[in-house]
Amino acid sequence: MMRTPLRPLARILEARQKGENPDVIERENRHLRHEQMRDKSRMRAEGRLLVLGVMFFCAFGVIGARMGTIAASEPAEPRATATGASIVASRADIVDRRGRVLATNMDTHSLYAHPQQMIEPERTAKELARIFPDMDEADMARRFADPKKKFMWVRKKLSPEQMQEVHDIGEPGLLFGPREMRLYPNGAIASHILGGAGFGREGVHSAEVIGTAGIEKFYDESLRDPAREGAPLELALDLTVQAAAEEVLFAGMKLMNAKGAASVLMDVQTGEIVSIVSLPDFDPNDRPSPLTKGDASDSPLFNRAIQGVYELGSTFKIFTAAQAMELGLVNPNTIIDTRPPFKVGGHKIGEFANHNYGEISVAEIIIKSSNRGTGKMALAIGKARQQDFLKRLGMFEPTPAEIVEASGGKPLLPKRWTDLSAVTISYGHGISTSPLHLAAGYAAIANGGIAVKPTLLKRSGPQDGARVMSESVAAASRLMLRKVVTEGTASFGEVPGYHVGGKTGTADKPKEKGGGYYKDKVIATFATIFPAHDPKYVLVVTLDEPVETSGTKPRRTAGWTAVPVAAEMIGRIAPLLGLRPEFITGQLEGVVRISQ
Amino acid sequence: MTEMVYGTVPVRDVEPVLPKWWRTVDKWTLSCILMLFGMGILLGLAASPPLAERNGLVPFYYVQRQAFFGGVAMMVMFLTSMLSPLMVRRLAVLGFLGAFVALALLPVLGTDFGKGAVRWYSLGFASVQPSEFLKPAFVIAAAWLMAAGQELGGPPGRMYSFVLMVVIVLMLAMQPDFGQASLVLFGWGVMWFVGGAPMILLLGLAGLVVLGGMFAYNASEHFARRIDGFLSVDVDPTTQLGYATNAIREGGFFGVGVGEGTVKWSLPDAHTDFIIAVAAEEYGLMMVLAIIALYATIVVRSIIRLMRERDPFIRYAGTGLAAMFGVQAMINMGVAVRLLPAKGMTLPFVSYGGSSLIAGGIAVGMLLAFTRSRPQGEIDDIFRSRGGR
Repeated sequence: MMRTPLRPLARILEARQKGENPDVIERENRHLRHEQMRDKSRMRAEGRLLVLGVMFFCAFGVIGARMGTIAASEPAEPRATATGASIVASRADIVDRRGRVLATNMDTHSLYAHPQQMIEPERTAKELARIFPDMDEADMARRFADPKKKFMWVRKKLSPEQMQEVHDIGEPGLLFGPREMRLYPNGAIASHILGGAGFGREGVHSAEVIGTAGIEKFYDESLRDPAREGAPLELALDLTVQAAAEEVLFAGMKLMNAKGAASVLMDVQTGEIVSIVSLPDFDPNDRPSPLTKGDASDSPLFNRAIQGVYELGSTFKIFTAAQAMELGLVNPNTIIDTRPPFKVGGHKIGEFANHNYGEISVAEIIIKSSNRGTGKMALAIGKARQQDFLKRLGMFEPTPAEIVEASGGKPLLPKRWTDLSAVTISYGHGISTSPLHLAAGYAAIANGGIAVKPTLLKRSGPQDGARVMSESVAAASRLMLRKVVTEGTASFGEVPGYHVGGKTGTADKPKEKGGGYYKDKVIATFATIFPAHDPKYVLVVTLDEPVETSGTKPRRTAGWTAVPVAAEMIGRIAPLLGLRPEFITGQLEGVVRISQ
Repeated sequence: MTEMVYGTVPVRDVEPVLPKWWRTVDKWTLSCILMLFGMGILLGLAASPPLAERNGLVPFYYVQRQAFFGGVAMMVMFLTSMLSPLMVRRLAVLGFLGAFVALALLPVLGTDFGKGAVRWYSLGFASVQPSEFLKPAFVIAAAWLMAAGQELGGPPGRMYSFVLMVVIVLMLAMQPDFGQASLVLFGWGVMWFVGGAPMILLLGLAGLVVLGGMFAYNASEHFARRIDGFLSVDVDPTTQLGYATNAIREGGFFGVGVGEGTVKWSLPDAHTDFIIAVAAEEYGLMMVLAIIALYATIVVRSIIRLMRERDPFIRYAGTGLAAMFGVQAMINMGVAVRLLPAKGMTLPFVSYGGSSLIAGGIAVGMLLAFTRSRPQGEIDDIFRSRGGR
């Protein structure tokens, strides 16, 4: 298209000749061109706007169609429940290693009152006081009559019989709210592990069940997690074994006049705690309140096996001997002079009842339990290497057992690790650990030298922990432990067919206020492995302040107290664990472990 | 005689404002907008009590606020729609300057209300989101610049408006508010398209948008998570999208019944970004289709009326406003039906929100002002179609 110039020369000249203003011509042309441009852009815009309109229409149509298809489809996936408004009241069960229930839930009801709806407040209070004898009639009557009270809780949990009786009162102002409560059907068995549960947030229609102690609190979140879909928490505990162990230990505690007792039974390969007992115990269904005065460790709530740390005495000697052998400093036949005097850091190291064992081999040091013998080995090992070895056995940290109380069982170690500390620790004084620590240490010897972490949960296979001693050192140590029973201090520990090996430990209790040890209060411990030639389990039995009075003098040593209890326990539980008694003929020295 | 004594009754040479307004305004669009606002209140009655309960307020607190702001918005809309396009342009350009300054000062004076992006000014009783007001004002300013650029010897208006657009998009992206940024970008793009953009450049711009999106995906974790959620085939039923999809399914064709819906209790944004899900659950597909039809009517009808518009400024500005309005509604609903990745965007006039309501009122008021019937030189068209000139 030809464009006319804004000021066409011919017309301008013509206009000038006529005396007209030529700017008018320019203005007119400018206006025409503007009109032209505008029309052109308008035509183009018209087309593009049409495209735009159609696009919008289609887009809205697509959204509408999509809405239609979604609305027409069936709701396929399960709806996730709305959170926040309601209290999720389902808690997974806890079962033992064979699936037997240790903790479960039970439907029950709570009882609450709307006093303004009550017809006969006095009679109601009287009837309630009859049904629940622990409730005060006068107090209830006063509160029911209070016009300001709109709502009050009467009972958190009701038994079905109580509920029926409350129904029979016929009072419309008494109302029931559904509740789920935690039930421990086995009563006090494994009470320290299970801990207990209580109500968290409470509403009329439901209440949250939360763990208050033990494994219930440790795994509280996980047990309450709806994603778990009710899958039970499987523990390593064996209910039958646990019950038998508690029974034997309770009898032993009574017989030995002890004020408390603890036992730990652990699988040496997997670190699974098959049974763990602390006495006195309690019923988790009716958890006692913590002691407000006195020593917390005397409360039945206190878990002696995991929380309690004690000087476990001569049971530690085998660690010293094993490390000395591992380092190549000695072998079982190396002769060591255990005659007095032996002074370290100005302190005389004595023996039990001032014995003098003379020059004896390492094996005999363990069998006879010589303090001076292990002390000399500890000096040869040195402080740093001794600490390192005990640390690798897990003696420096609280045990990783899966209950909240485990973190309280932190070992007590000397502030400064002097030569004297090294010597005393070589025979188990100056270091306080829990019986569970000791069991884990013995498991390393029993399984051929692999450190294991104790666990309360069921496991499928052995732990692949770090190696702390060689296979041969572990075997030699086991032989020494076996000889302690056959020829040494633990002669009451022999259980026919089960080849018990172990080490006794009798430690004077330190005075609570410091400054020395009691003369007549001991912690007697027997740490055993069985069967000694191919250990499957390690058992630690600890008695708190035992005294055996059948003789002329009261006897407190582990050999007379803890050892017979442990032997009785092994006799009871070994068949339950599926171990067959074996009778091996021939020489003890010739017996070595043949299978891993 | 009377006239001789008292003088003639002065004849006004202009038509009275209200009758003229009623004669020329697009009554279809107007009724659609009023119906949308009504639906907003209706859905607010369903969707906002859970929020009020969570915040410890009376159940219909947010409905009352919505009604109040809605009343203000309607008033603003009527007043705006009575203005002449010239007046609209002047006021809007002034408003644009104000909103631009307010947006620029946000990092200094704004608050984030704990939501991670500084978008609001807190005024005590209410909060103001300047970007809501900036959007329509920007459309007017850009349309003015573009129209001026087409005059003979006019300024390079397109370039100016482009620079302005880039600055605003960058400012919004820095907040970060990618939703508003993309709306501004889209609004400008539509105006440019209608104003005769070369096709090659249009394709180039589309490529740039894709690149920008990829950059945002890599740079912003927030953004990336939403895209990933969209691209995954399975809907996680515990995400907002999962709840929304389920709500639409539960609703079916006729809904579960008024007040019977459950999705509003689980979705934190039930009263704003996912209000369409509440509508779908309680009132069913019928309600949703009605809402879509209302939006479609407003947008398509405005565009058809603008097709006949002679004045370039009015054409661009009207197109920009209508497109922005429609796209915002489309994005909001498209997210709920998983046609688009999750992006927080309110449903104009239906979602709860004071700023967005009033700004929406201004925007549709201007749109109504631009789509009023005016002489459009139809005679010329008739001549031209008969082969004249």
